[in-house]
Amino acid sequence: MGGMAAPQVAPVETPDTEEVPVSDRPWVTIVWDDPVNLMTYVTWVFQKLFGYSREKAERLMLDVHHKGKAVVSSGARERMEHDAAQLHAYGLWATVDRS
Amino acid sequence: MSMFRRRGDHYVATFAVDEVRVLRKVANEVVGLLTDGFDHGDPVVGRLFPDVYPDDDAGTAEFRRYTEGDLKTGKIDQAGAVLAALPDGDAGGEVRLDAEAAEAWLRALNDARLAMGVRLEIKDGTDLGEELDDAVAADPGSSRVFQLSVYAYLGYLQESLLNALID
Repeated sequence: MGGMAAPQVAPVETPDTEEVPVSDRPWVTIVWDDPVNLMTYVTWVFQKLFGYSREKAERLMLDVHHKGKAVVSSGARERMEHDAAQLHAYGLWATVDRS
Repeated sequence: MSMFRRRGDHYVATFAVDEVRVLRKVANEVVGLLTDGFDHGDPVVGRLFPDVYPDDDAGTAEFRRYTEGDLKTGKIDQAGAVLAALPDGDAGGEVRLDAEAAEAWLRALNDARLAMGVRLEIKDGTDLGEELDDAVAADPGSSRVFQLSVYAYLGYLQESLLNALID
């Protein structure tokens, strides 16, 4: 971040404190547990597709395994559909939903 | 049983003729499922091409319109990568994969396992050894015994390739 003093400006009203309209909520990609995919394979796919560290990929894989599902990415709907299609290409069971 | 090992920047395994036959058979079955036999009512197709919006049929159909063609082509190509790397003729021999082919094999082996897992009704907590014992006790020459053995073999092979790739 720049080192210059920030100019004095009136605080801007941000939407943070207000209810975000449903239509603006980010979307999520969810991966569901299935009895076939190998745990090592699922971890490898998360690292490969999302560039996640081994630790993060393993944590997500274990969430899928133990909780039945995990949110693996979030953002714009188009982006989530892209992620889901990629996950389907690797044989993972992925769906898209509002967060 | 054969397993993959890393040799330089390649992944190498030597297969017996029976293994080559099995791999050729399962890869051809996946291709058949994705071409002539393609049917959305088939639970295997349902698993390979999941509903992206489980509660929104229109959204799922729209997603399919844009993605299904590429997804299908990709899956056919990766099964083709398995067929292309197998030794010619009805013989065993060495399979040697570069990084790209190794990834195609991993995905193709996974598709084949998913398809077989649906047909064999593999569930969370299914103990393959027990299933196999039960199937052998019922009829050692049954198709289920053969299918379960192949399913277990493909998992073992996929794991060995993955381990070679990660190391």
